[in-house]
Amino acid sequence: MRALTWQGKHDVRVETVPDPEIVNPRDAIIEVTSTAICGSDLHLYDKVIPGLLPGDILGHEFMGRVVEAGPGSTLKKGQRVVVPFTISCGACFHCRNAQFSACDNSNPVEKQEATETLYGHAISALFGYSHLAGGYPGGQAEYVRVPFSDVGPIVIPDGMDDEDVLFLSDILPTGWMAAENAAIAPGDIVAVWGCGPVGLFAIQSAFIMGASEVIAIDHYPRRLELARGLGAKVVDFRQTRVLEAVMEMTGGIGPDAVIDAVGMESHGFAPDTVLDNIKQQLLPGVDSIHALREAIIAVRKGGRVSIPGAYGGFADRFPMGAVMEKGLQIRTGQTHVPRYTRELLERIGEGEIDCRFLISHRLPLERAAEGYSGFKNHPDDWTKVVLKTGRS
Amino acid sequence: MTRHRHGRDRSAVALWAAVGVLGAGVAALAYARSARDDRHRPADSAPGRTARRGRFGDYAVTGKTITIHRTRQEIYDFWRDFANLARVMDNIVSVTPLGDGVDRWTIGAPGGTQVSTDTRIVEDRPGELISWRSVEGSEIETEGKVMFRDAPADRGTVVEAIVAYKPPAGNVGRLIAKLFGKEPKVQARQDLKRLKMLMETGEIATSANRKAA
Repeated sequence: MRALTWQGKHDVRVETVPDPEIVNPRDAIIEVTSTAICGSDLHLYDKVIPGLLPGDILGHEFMGRVVEAGPGSTLKKGQRVVVPFTISCGACFHCRNAQFSACDNSNPVEKQEATETLYGHAISALFGYSHLAGGYPGGQAEYVRVPFSDVGPIVIPDGMDDEDVLFLSDILPTGWMAAENAAIAPGDIVAVWGCGPVGLFAIQSAFIMGASEVIAIDHYPRRLELARGLGAKVVDFRQTRVLEAVMEMTGGIGPDAVIDAVGMESHGFAPDTVLDNIKQQLLPGVDSIHALREAIIAVRKGGRVSIPGAYGGFADRFPMGAVMEKGLQIRTGQTHVPRYTRELLERIGEGEIDCRFLISHRLPLERAAEGYSGFKNHPDDWTKVVLKTGRS
Repeated sequence: MTRHRHGRDRSAVALWAAVGVLGAGVAALAYARSARDDRHRPADSAPGRTARRGRFGDYAVTGKTITIHRTRQEIYDFWRDFANLARVMDNIVSVTPLGDGVDRWTIGAPGGTQVSTDTRIVEDRPGELISWRSVEGSEIETEGKVMFRDAPADRGTVVEAIVAYKPPAGNVGRLIAKLFGKEPKVQARQDLKRLKMLMETGEIATSANRKAA
């Protein structure tokens, strides 16, 4: 089959690799029809997340048709499914408590060692990501082996287009969980750092959950325009002093909840960012946390801090004093995707949530490398890249 | 820089060196004293194998606790049929009953060689505990036990496995030391995680895209 493989920093190529096959009883093989490039794929592209090997197949946002199901799978040949980016066994303590992204059993035993040492506990497996997360071949390919296929994949009714439902795999539930983690009460003002796909879905979700106002912070005009289109007030940090603006726009109180939808590669020309970025180049595991610092300083006393942005290492000068003295609550984590897919599929069906507005580029899988460099180098125009296989 | 200041720098270096040596001495004394104090500490509630010292008499002890969402009886039944353990324990090639209550464990060693040890069950309490000990004349002197108890809050069963072994002398000893010395703690942890995967999900996770040839 053809698949997008990682070869090194800023080097990804579509190559011919062996087709996957059923390995374990609960596996299914999916023939991919649509797949997307995620902002967190850019962390791999930039090589700021360790644990990739040349030849690894990337991609964790994908959907397609079931072409083969193992004896333990509940899927049937021919069904259309969206596959969550997190791999969950459905049986361990965490899965039984709907903490699907904390699954104990999906990350192969030998690959658990690194994060068990680093974090005290091993993380669960993800498709197409670092070997720290299992090293499972990903979805930017013609076929994918989907383990525990009776747990994660959601069957899509005929009549719904790929582009309406593809983002159930990651960014829509991730934006939704970000808003849920912000514990929004009706009338709350929510500020969102980062108007990438997750930030934009967090904005939509925050309004659905009752926010009276959402303030969106970014510096890419087109992304700010998309946020404005969803009803958010926008702040361009290139032209505005963010902290002052956010305080003024919230009556001097500060937002009730803040969402960091930026993550470990925070940029923008602030002195702390420059320092973080230098350290990030020199040392492995240093996260750039400018957006998070700013969000914590901005949020009102007793407010909530939700962090859907991806982090992997250590953060310097984390404003712990502000967290304690202002009495903040912090919630974060990889998305527990299957917890949300059914409800979100319904909301898409009812026209309450729009996914298509985000897609700026549609490319054939063969041109995936172009998608990466466009998404990386021209984020203003390239808001979201969907890759189509020959089977679409 | 003037000569005078240079001289002052030098004496400052000497002063700091002296402070450093003195500090190191004080630290060493404090450490020795605290180590002496530690011997008189009342025992805590932690399992012995988590003690800072690694040896108990002639035996090295390793062990690991894991929680599995299955009943005590189910996990006991799986474990009691020692042949099953080869499915989850990386370095166990096979376990074969020799009759008369003795089992032969064949263990894969580095370089493709194998060693074996014969054990006899010492105690067998269904759903609760299995313990075993190597028979006389066995290549490896070892004993082990596995205990099963109910976990709180419907979490299933807490499985605690402990293996003690006497690192033997001689060539075989070196081989075996290497075998067990390969981070036995990591080995135990990985083996029990595989057991958990198999018991909870019916399979052992792998990111391989194709069956092993």
